[in-house]
Amino acid sequence: MVLFYILLAFMIIAAIIAIETRDLLSSVVSVSAIGFIGSLIFLILQAPDIAITQIVVEVLALIILIRATIARDLTTIAEGREFFGTVVCVAVLLVIALATVRAADALPVFGRPAFASIEGSPSQIYLRQGSRDTGAANLVAAVILDYRAYDTLGEATVLFTSIIGATAILRSRTVKALQEPEA
Amino acid sequence: MNDRGMSIIVKTITGPVKVLIFLFGINVILFGHLTPGGGFAGGVVLAGSYVLLMLAFGKGYAEQNLPTSLASRLDCIGALLFATVACLGAILAGSFFVNFLYQRYLPGRLLDLVSAGTIPLSNLAIGLKVGASLYLVVVMLSVFGKDTADKV
Repeated sequence: MVLFYILLAFMIIAAIIAIETRDLLSSVVSVSAIGFIGSLIFLILQAPDIAITQIVVEVLALIILIRATIARDLTTIAEGREFFGTVVCVAVLLVIALATVRAADALPVFGRPAFASIEGSPSQIYLRQGSRDTGAANLVAAVILDYRAYDTLGEATVLFTSIIGATAILRSRTVKALQEPEA
Repeated sequence: MNDRGMSIIVKTITGPVKVLIFLFGINVILFGHLTPGGGFAGGVVLAGSYVLLMLAFGKGYAEQNLPTSLASRLDCIGALLFATVACLGAILAGSFFVNFLYQRYLPGRLLDLVSAGTIPLSNLAIGLKVGASLYLVVVMLSVFGKDTADKV
């Protein structure tokens, strides 16, 4: 539990550095540090599936962001902040923080999800009958590809549609750039 | 920006490492119903191996190995395979996305590689789809970023 709080503190520090630093590249690196620590936390909470997904997506996102950052050649930001914008920001954040504190009172205790105490809730049925119903040893796969396969279909559709959109928008430039020999 | 890749050290290391990354991706996909992982994570690892190729040897080399037309075709094949598995459930067992292979034809034993019916098939489809489409995203965005940088 102490380790958990230390990692959380690291995440918050990395987030503050990502916002406050003037160098865009170190900001990108700090953002990906948040993701890597998040993956570590998932691993400690015994969720290896989501930890693997988090870390591989984080690596790919880091590569894309760094390449985009280097290509833009816009590595430092030296503008000051507006006074009015800061005041509005702080006010909105205060309201959200108060609402969060109120909402946190209603949350179940950490590590004891509400469904664990309700008899016959979906998660308990999955845990009890999952491998018998689907034959899969990995219950996460049983849930996302059998019990909740519609979610996965929706996710795949979102990815597919966004790729089609990106390809259609960037198509002419890409074809041009790929036809130039090693341009 | 030097687009023909990185230094000789990176190129030499990339040789064996890309094979390991690719095999790890295939492992994560194929054993998704037994061990942590699955189609999405494995697909991202597969895409990562080609992105490594692209970063180390330049865009032209990666384009020779996996042309964007082939990648987009693989993307579509993955999506089609996933939809086919879902529709076969509707045709053969009467309900969309039902695990017809496990319930009717091929029960298999728990913890075997060939078990869990349609789940490995769906994992394979999603792995193909995610890998190909994330590779496409990286190619598109890097070309896009370079293009705008040239203009500015």
